[in-house]
Amino acid sequence: MNPARIVLSLGLLGLCVLFRQTLEADPASHVLVQLPLLAISGGLFVAGLGAGDLRLAEPLANALSLVAVVAILFWMLPRYIDAALVDPAVEAAKFISIPLLAGGSFAFGWAKSHPFLRGFLKANAISMLGVLAFLYIHAPVRICNSYLVADQERLGFAFLMTAIGLAIAWAIPLFTPPPKEALLS
Amino acid sequence: MGSFIRALLPSCAVILLGGGVVWSATDGFRAFTEEGARRLNVSENQPAMPLLVLEDMNGDELRLGRDTYTTDKITLVWFIYTTCPTICQIAGSEYARLRDRLAQAGLGDRVRLLSVSFDPLHDRPQEMRGYAETHGADGVIWTVARVRPGDLDLMKRSFGLRVISDEMGGYQHNAAIHLIDRYGRLTDIFDTGDVNKVFNAVRTKL
Repeated sequence: MNPARIVLSLGLLGLCVLFRQTLEADPASHVLVQLPLLAISGGLFVAGLGAGDLRLAEPLANALSLVAVVAILFWMLPRYIDAALVDPAVEAAKFISIPLLAGGSFAFGWAKSHPFLRGFLKANAISMLGVLAFLYIHAPVRICNSYLVADQERLGFAFLMTAIGLAIAWAIPLFTPPPKEALLS
Repeated sequence: MGSFIRALLPSCAVILLGGGVVWSATDGFRAFTEEGARRLNVSENQPAMPLLVLEDMNGDELRLGRDTYTTDKITLVWFIYTTCPTICQIAGSEYARLRDRLAQAGLGDRVRLLSVSFDPLHDRPQEMRGYAETHGADGVIWTVARVRPGDLDLMKRSFGLRVISDEMGGYQHNAAIHLIDRYGRLTDIFDTGDVNKVFNAVRTKL
């Protein structure tokens, strides 16, 4: 139990709810700020409850990581990005399911997932963001009815920046020397 | 072997379940966007349109949707605002082409083309006539009309029309041609450039 994390988690969730109109006014801050913050809030909550100390078999950890992936995929669908803006029930579902299913499952499962699965998901996250970037920058039509074409293009570039950022962040460990203990063992 | 299956089982269950959720949430991977869902719903359910009394560019009443005085005509509707600087201008020439093809096929008296303004406070008959003149809507097959301010919400809801303001005093909105059949049902939604598809649909529905 780590009360600081739980307080931080609830604070983040509160901020996301309180400033939802500001965050959702722009698709880039909706998808790349609000949704990740919601996930982080859920992750912090689960971590605050002590999920890290829990024994979890690898097959279950893998499954939990995949639950998070499904939740992220679902809320990236343009149809539900739009729906969350016009339908309060969908909006509520978003504020509940992303912390629980994306953030919470991830915090439970990710560290204990098979390294191959983690690598596979990282590689796919980068390539999927690349595809989305291309789609949002070049689409001849509006993908979300709630957002302007110019905003859609900016979201595309933001996806591209995120893909590049993740690629760099995940590549850095490959070029840093492994810790001494690992060499000795 | 058994342990291998046990190791994969939870992940496979999540993939199947998650796939199922996404499958049903996108109507079987057919509608990933709101616009896609709107069009799919229309073509599958063919919703009856409520009666909307519009005002045309001559200030006359024009009835749209479910109507006891049904005109026995197919109506093609697209939404505009007369000060639109972009899509509505380009689309204007597509509509002229569509009108010409329908007239050439001798269908001119069985189809009406309607540019409907969702900005009734600005688009008075005078502005609508200016728009009609620019684009060649002569009021015979193709005319311009506006919704009454009090009916704007009803119109948006029944067509699934979404209008958002851009930062320059204008709007962005669904660019599409809506086909209302002779019974007042909304049966198809086309992209504005799909003149051939619209023409064929009109022919088969008459």
